[in-house]
Amino acid sequence: MSAIIEVKNLGKKYSIRHHRGGYVALRDVLANIAKSPFRFAKTKVKEITGVDTREDFWALRDINFTVEQGEVIGIIGKNGAGKSTMLKILTGITPPTTGEARMHGHVSSLLEVGTGFHPELTGRENIFLNGAILGMSRRDIVKNFDAIVAFAGIDQFLDTPVKYYSSGMHVRLAFSVAAHLKPDILLVDEVLAVGDAEFQKKCLGKMEEVTKQDGRTILFVSHNMSAILNLCTKTILLDKGKIVEIGETPKVIDRYLGNAHMNAAIDFPQDPSKDIQISRISILNETGEPSARIPISEKSTIEVEFEARTSVEGALLSLLIYANGEMLLWSSESDKNASLTDYAPGKYKTTIALPAFLLNVGTYFFDIRLHKPWVVLLDERANLPLEILDVNNPKSQIMRGHHPGRLAAVLDYATTRTS
Amino acid sequence: MSVTVIKPKKTLSVEDFREIWRYKELLYFFTWRDLKVRYKQTAIGALWAIFQPFMTMVVFSVFFGRLAKIPSDGAPYPIFVYVGLLFWQFFSGALSETSGTLIANQAIITKVYFPRLILPISAVVTKFMDFFISAAILVVLMVYYGYVPHLKGLLILPLLLIITFMASIGLGLFLAAVNVKYRDVRYALPFFIQLLLFITPVIYPASIAGKYSWILAMNPMTGVIQSARAALLGTTPVNWLLLLLSLGACLVALVIGVIYFKKVERYFADIV
Repeated sequence: MSAIIEVKNLGKKYSIRHHRGGYVALRDVLANIAKSPFRFAKTKVKEITGVDTREDFWALRDINFTVEQGEVIGIIGKNGAGKSTMLKILTGITPPTTGEARMHGHVSSLLEVGTGFHPELTGRENIFLNGAILGMSRRDIVKNFDAIVAFAGIDQFLDTPVKYYSSGMHVRLAFSVAAHLKPDILLVDEVLAVGDAEFQKKCLGKMEEVTKQDGRTILFVSHNMSAILNLCTKTILLDKGKIVEIGETPKVIDRYLGNAHMNAAIDFPQDPSKDIQISRISILNETGEPSARIPISEKSTIEVEFEARTSVEGALLSLLIYANGEMLLWSSESDKNASLTDYAPGKYKTTIALPAFLLNVGTYFFDIRLHKPWVVLLDERANLPLEILDVNNPKSQIMRGHHPGRLAAVLDYATTRTS
Repeated sequence: MSVTVIKPKKTLSVEDFREIWRYKELLYFFTWRDLKVRYKQTAIGALWAIFQPFMTMVVFSVFFGRLAKIPSDGAPYPIFVYVGLLFWQFFSGALSETSGTLIANQAIITKVYFPRLILPISAVVTKFMDFFISAAILVVLMVYYGYVPHLKGLLILPLLLIITFMASIGLGLFLAAVNVKYRDVRYALPFFIQLLLFITPVIYPASIAGKYSWILAMNPMTGVIQSARAALLGTTPVNWLLLLLSLGACLVALVIGVIYFKKVERYFADIV
């Protein structure tokens, strides 16, 4: 088998000014010159002579790997590790700063579901438009039209403008178009994060079918470890823009989770422009020591520290616990009294007490979310790992070390003889 | 099997134009989308494409033709001004449409790769469709005033359209690329277009500039509009030198526009 993707020394640099981003208004440039002509001249001179101290930020650096035809490669890593940047470079959306990539065959990318959907157009029209944007020829779209509609299950609403669709229908239609792409190489970003659980399963099934039947090569970025484990033969672990490990999926996932385990307390970089922001999340065991590995028989505490920089009204802190990509629990501070909290500027610490025997033995991920429910997501820290250990576990003795089920709640059983 | 090579520096090459050809269906779909979406939820739909130039023509004829008595090289003023308006609205509409197209399609640019040139080109093609629709009024006017264009006139029309097309794409590409970085374009352009209308012989004949008419000749649309009138209405003989000058100016604009656009294109997704 020959390599279908070859990546050599790929790197992408953003200069911070560039990165902080967006466009500049000529007005601002002119205003800067007027306000401090000397400083402007000095920085310009520095820029030209190359002694500019402006900081560079390498989103990706020294990336080397090859992919054989028919392989499905997972790409994992924390937020900001460079996963999405890598896909953006491979698709050609943004150019690399160094190195090169060679891809043999027709490449399609799916960085977002429903790119280019126009709300005013009908479902039928959007299938054609979206298909064309994703690189399908009109003939292919016509050929697959019925299959697309059937998979999405929207035949009744085919001639309704998409703006009247529910968000679920919207996602279903969009994914369905994408699922019928027939490229040699498919690059997929976290697209399964949307949609309801049932549809997610259907999509994963479809992707599995596609890879196994057609021998298509896929690069797949995801936070959903069980999906990666299911689909990918090999996995690349990225951290701070570099490849940490590349190899068999279970091994790489272990390394990723292992790495993550060391961080029972995580400090997050602060952005002073945010109204309210989480600064630190720690997991404490029964004795109050930081540990992300908690015996099933012990209570534990999740501590969230955050800072409100302005007054934030009607906010809510929520804890979301996931297993295998499925949400197990959505818990909020408002669960007891149904009220939201107003925060005056200042620093806060919230502790969430997790009872013993809540989760079964295994690995879980949780998100901490600060939000105004149904209005805005203020801050979120996602995919923090938590491992529940099989220690002092009566259940396990009977089940001989097996741990069926996700929850370990100990229920009261009362048996009386009735006759 | 096709090989895609992704490298830091890409220079302008024949491959770029081949690529646009490969993506011609997408060009078609973008144009189709813009046409389709434009008149959604309007009561009179595509009639707007006729209504606008028609009403402008009526107002101009009353104020400039009837009241201000601006000369029209012997042709009835309504038809005289309509020929000018037709080309002018194609040009100015295409300019403002292209300059904003990259920003309007930001969501697509940051998520999918395709030759970015497609977007501005499709914007001009969309305006070209409007041109055809509003040209229907011209036919009616010509019948009404009893004008029969001679064959040479009809033959010259495609050339005039090509020149206008090139002029709007050339300038439009430049503006679109600048607009990605400096949003000032959005505010400066409408104003600039308004000024440009007055230094283009749309509402008056180029002849009233007298010995200063060479100033007008610098504007490529002068040659186009004057030749269109010469061809369709026979007001003046076709000035081939002027037309050649316009063609040259447009070619220069086109080349500069394409080169500049290609040069900054790579960073669109990062800063748009």
